[in-house]
Amino acid sequence: MSKVLDDRKYADSHEWAKLDGDIATIGISDYAQHALGNIVYVDMPEVGDEVTKGEDFGAVESVKAASDLLSPLSGEVVEVNEELSDKPELLNEDANENWIIKVKVSDPSEYDELLNAEEYKKICEE
Amino acid sequence: MKTYDKIIFELSKEGRQGYSLPKNEYKKNSLNALPKELMREKPAELPEVSELDVVRHFTNLSSKNFGVDTGFYPLGSCTMKYNPKINEELCVLPEFTSLHPLQDEESVQGALELYWNLQNMLSEIAGLEEFTLNPYAGAHGELTGLMVMKKYHESRGDKKRTKVIVPDSAHGTNPASAMVAGLEVVEVKSKPNGSIDVEDLKPLLDDTVAGIMMTNPNTLGMFETEINDIAKLVHDAGGLLYYDGANLNPLLGKVRPGDMGFDIMHINLHKTFSTPHGGGGPGSGPVGVAAHLVKHLPNPRVVKDENGKFHIEASDDSLGSISTFLGNFGVMIRAYAYILSLGKENIKNVGPLATLNANYIKESLKDDYLLPIEGVCKHEFVFDGLKDKSTEVTTLNVAKRLLDYGFHAPTIYFPLLFHESMMIEPTETESKDTLDEFIDVMHKIAKEAKETPEVVKEAPNNTIVRKLDETTAAKNPILTFKALKESQQ
Repeated sequence: MSKVLDDRKYADSHEWAKLDGDIATIGISDYAQHALGNIVYVDMPEVGDEVTKGEDFGAVESVKAASDLLSPLSGEVVEVNEELSDKPELLNEDANENWIIKVKVSDPSEYDELLNAEEYKKICEE
Repeated sequence: MKTYDKIIFELSKEGRQGYSLPKNEYKKNSLNALPKELMREKPAELPEVSELDVVRHFTNLSSKNFGVDTGFYPLGSCTMKYNPKINEELCVLPEFTSLHPLQDEESVQGALELYWNLQNMLSEIAGLEEFTLNPYAGAHGELTGLMVMKKYHESRGDKKRTKVIVPDSAHGTNPASAMVAGLEVVEVKSKPNGSIDVEDLKPLLDDTVAGIMMTNPNTLGMFETEINDIAKLVHDAGGLLYYDGANLNPLLGKVRPGDMGFDIMHINLHKTFSTPHGGGGPGSGPVGVAAHLVKHLPNPRVVKDENGKFHIEASDDSLGSISTFLGNFGVMIRAYAYILSLGKENIKNVGPLATLNANYIKESLKDDYLLPIEGVCKHEFVFDGLKDKSTEVTTLNVAKRLLDYGFHAPTIYFPLLFHESMMIEPTETESKDTLDEFIDVMHKIAKEAKETPEVVKEAPNNTIVRKLDETTAAKNPILTFKALKESQQ
């Protein structure tokens, strides 16, 4: 039902990360946006902020609920998707395409610990 | 006048009025004699309307309201029980309404006696030593209770206890109150049946834990059967147990939070004790504590001396003051009237009847709606949407469709443990006939979801406004008449 892509890895808290060199692009999964329903607000960190694996770096608010965003990786925020401030609904339109932050990772081995597409799919089916 | 949608300023016509003032016999005291800095620069923009305009306006608005007096209101976690009219009759007695909070103690002995009696009744019901009735609402009570918790640890010089453990199934106010009280929130996971996972709790219990907040029965309506073990673990670790009184209704007169090991609790008078669910107030959230915490209750306190006289006291051990005077007295009168009307014998019937009603609905509907947790619930339970997921009819759709049939919707999308939560709490004041009507309609909606899903997805059809655009409302809220006018230009 939801779109899980195998060009990236996932956290069991429903965020995805895609690593290119030492820069990781981070967003929420299609499953997450579907479960949240219409998203009305995305609370994002600022460039230069430190994020830590497993800890929150922001929140998404939908008409149903507000939910913390947990970082799948640790590092420093180098870019924030400003477009989401005005158009949070982009996450509903395409959560795989519309990323939230880019992070310069401090420990690339954390990426290996994340779930691959197959493993993540199983979690969603449970 | 279903379509009536005016605000009173739109009715205004210059010069129209619904009053006539007597002739001014005091010409020399004219307003013009006031100092200029006290005069307003522009005339007040008040609506100019006739008496009939005002009567029709508010009568039409009131007909749009839905309350327990209009129909069944199974809003889970909110305990929307009937508010007996005797409560209202008593709280408007002039002996109460003409009191002033600055009157001396001697002249308000009756009011203080009511405060003291109610505080004692709540203590007896809760199995705790003393209650303060000062907090203005449930969430304010939570904050006050956590301030007692903090004060207790600080007064013992134990400054490192800053963590409050909150289950992931908790009411959202719990972590919010803990944050406002300056404490740190640590989440403990619940088991599939919604109760606290004791094994997950154990490693969290170190010497930085101030306490744990629990709702029992929990937000899935299930009784925490391991409460004795949890209480022992938390106490052994030096923490306190906080009881969220939101779900007290099924236990009334049967089980006491104090006996379960809780040290602090709040009560929502508007839930369990039949006072109105006001849109923002006035409310009341009494807080009760065990004997060793009484000295930290907020100022002022009402005490009774050996001669039977009541006094208002303040103490230095208290956490301080959290309200002006003694809270919302009118709400206390209503709760007091409710307890006295039921009496000790009948108050014990509240919980069993509320529990019976909830289980009756649950068992009657579980063929059509997905029941994630089997077993006997207490006063409320949660469905995870329709059983047949192939129709893609959501909990939101079902809730909106219920409005078409004249019922208030249940609480939806809470608790967050399930994606399609639908939390139903009928309360004890509904008859079997009403419950049967509701059950019939819920079956009908499940049938519609299969046969004519578009009807359910488009609902509501019979309400004053159709399906609202919640996304735009959340993103661009229009909250004032001025903003509405501007948006229409």
